[in-house]
Amino acid sequence: MLASLARLMPGTTGLPGRRGIRLLERNVWVYRRSWIALVTGFFEPLFYLLGMGYGMGALVGEIEGLPYAVFVAPALMATAAMNGALYDSTFNLFYKLRYARTYDAVLATPLGPADVASGEVAWALIRGSLYAVAFVVLMLLLGLALSPLVLLTIPGSLLIGFAAAGVGTAATTWMRRWQDFDLVAVFTLPLFLFSATFFPVTAYPEPIRTIVELTPLYRGIHLLRALSTGQPDPAIVLDVVYLLVLGLVGMSITSRRLGKLLLR
Amino acid sequence: MISLAGGSRPGDGYHPQVTTADPLVLARDLSKRFGSFTAVDGISFSVAPGEAFGFLGPNGAGKSSTMRMIGCVSPPTGGELRVLGMDPARDGARIRALLGVVPQQDSLDMELTVRENLILYGRYFDLSYRESRARADELLDFVQLADRAGDEVEPLSGGMKRRLTIARGLVNRPRLLLLDEPTTGLDPQARHLLWDRLYRLKQDGVSLVLTTHYMDEAEQLCDRLVVMDKARIVAEGSPRALIAEHATREVLEVRFAPDARPAEDDPRLAGVAERIEVLPDRTLLYTQDGEAAAVTLHDRGLRPVATLVRRSSLEDVFLRLTGRTLVD
Ligand SMILES: Nc1ncnc2c1ncn2[C@@H]1O[C@H](COP(=O)(O)OP(=O)(O)O)[C@@H](O)[C@H]1O
Ligand SMILES: [Mg+2]
Repeated sequence: MLASLARLMPGTTGLPGRRGIRLLERNVWVYRRSWIALVTGFFEPLFYLLGMGYGMGALVGEIEGLPYAVFVAPALMATAAMNGALYDSTFNLFYKLRYARTYDAVLATPLGPADVASGEVAWALIRGSLYAVAFVVLMLLLGLALSPLVLLTIPGSLLIGFAAAGVGTAATTWMRRWQDFDLVAVFTLPLFLFSATFFPVTAYPEPIRTIVELTPLYRGIHLLRALSTGQPDPAIVLDVVYLLVLGLVGMSITSRRLGKLLLR
Repeated sequence: MISLAGGSRPGDGYHPQVTTADPLVLARDLSKRFGSFTAVDGISFSVAPGEAFGFLGPNGAGKSSTMRMIGCVSPPTGGELRVLGMDPARDGARIRALLGVVPQQDSLDMELTVRENLILYGRYFDLSYRESRARADELLDFVQLADRAGDEVEPLSGGMKRRLTIARGLVNRPRLLLLDEPTTGLDPQARHLLWDRLYRLKQDGVSLVLTTHYMDEAEQLCDRLVVMDKARIVAEGSPRALIAEHATREVLEVRFAPDARPAEDDPRLAGVAERIEVLPDRTLLYTQDGEAAAVTLHDRGLRPVATLVRRSSLEDVFLRLTGRTLVD
């Protein structure tokens, strides 16, 4: 897979995008000064967990033999991973691409478009991992994790972030105006509401159920829920492969598009 | 205000670079098309080590397009290009590692401070933090921005931003520095400071390729230059050689009151100069002796409201070659 990726990103030697680490460093430097912006990203899933998990949970009782808060917590973690990565890879990328023109100077150095893609995606992941760790700690404290496998939800949510950042950066290369970002919500809101987040996928009739099972956030939620509740089934292999491929395809599209946009 | 060392002008005393070393840049029939539009139309030139080489031309001539191709951030659409002996299409990253680039737009990182801009740029070239910090401080001194090291970039003046961009382009100690309109939009003082820095770099052995639409800049900085117009090279040589070839020694510039301005074929102008150019605001008479020509005009009853005798310049060369002025 990496070899085929390398063919998509000519002009780089070794692992494509490996110099993205330099751009990652730059982003860390920028956020050293505005770490508050980092902290706030944690509160949205927290409030959802308190509101839905416990508020709604008191009404709903159990789902599939699980307390409601236990059922929704991994789903909220997956959604937060997706949204966080999307935020970084859409708004932030767009600002740097079209307004700050950050990459014009970067591309005059040995870095190439593949490095910009990998650097920005890696940054979104690092940021996401901070939230994932905090969320797992919270689940452990509240007794919402039923298995030590819950620790694997941290790499699991990074995988979700990777897929979201890959798709997000690729989509952003086609955006021309801020208004275009309204489209992002058109996709993410239904994903959030209908990906077996708040009720099990068995509630859907066929063929809707199959369609839902093919969406990325569903795969992410399925993965994290299997881990945090300690009920892994073979389908989590599908989850992992699906999300990984989505992220890799997104990144290779991004680096080609960035090359087209910036190296004219 | 800093004056150039010893009052000598780097453009003077051009010695042709007779060297056996391979050219730093070699272009043959180089072209750049954007869709059906041709921005660079089959130009050929070479830049020798140690040389300061210029592209002089008006806006839209294709200077930036050429510079971006040399900088390996824009693929040529025709012809052959070698930079530092390598092929930009294949070795882009390796070439860029050895180049210094000062693009037309500063493109500084607004989310970083002045010093951070240099440190992180050094990191893009794989310098260690220790090395990158040391060079950042050294370069901030060189471009006289040490006192602004911790400041945001946005509030800096245009001249300061330009100097910071030059410092950034030097972070990797390049052998070849590309400068796209280094002083456009700067006030004279900022511009002289920049010229001084560039002159020092040249003395330190850094080769320069620069574009400009200021003829005085080309004369000051360039050993050799090409004049570009409408995507093509229309002349090539040292500033002195170009002036000797395409202009006379002196120019008599005269302004007339609007109702008293003689036409180009006015008999009173006949034979006064080797060549006469009537511009909307003034009339240029190309001659070996401007004073004598002024006396002749007076004898023939012409009474300009203003008279100026000056040495001819690249501006005159450009006017001669293209029929237009450089900056209008
Ligand atoms: N990316 C681009 N797409 C389309 N046209 C371009 C692009 N870049 C430059 N041009 C056109 O090419 C011509 C030469 O531009 P440029 O190389 O910037 O000239 P100069 O630097 O001499 O002012 C101009 O007419 C400009 O509009
Ligand atoms: Mg230009």
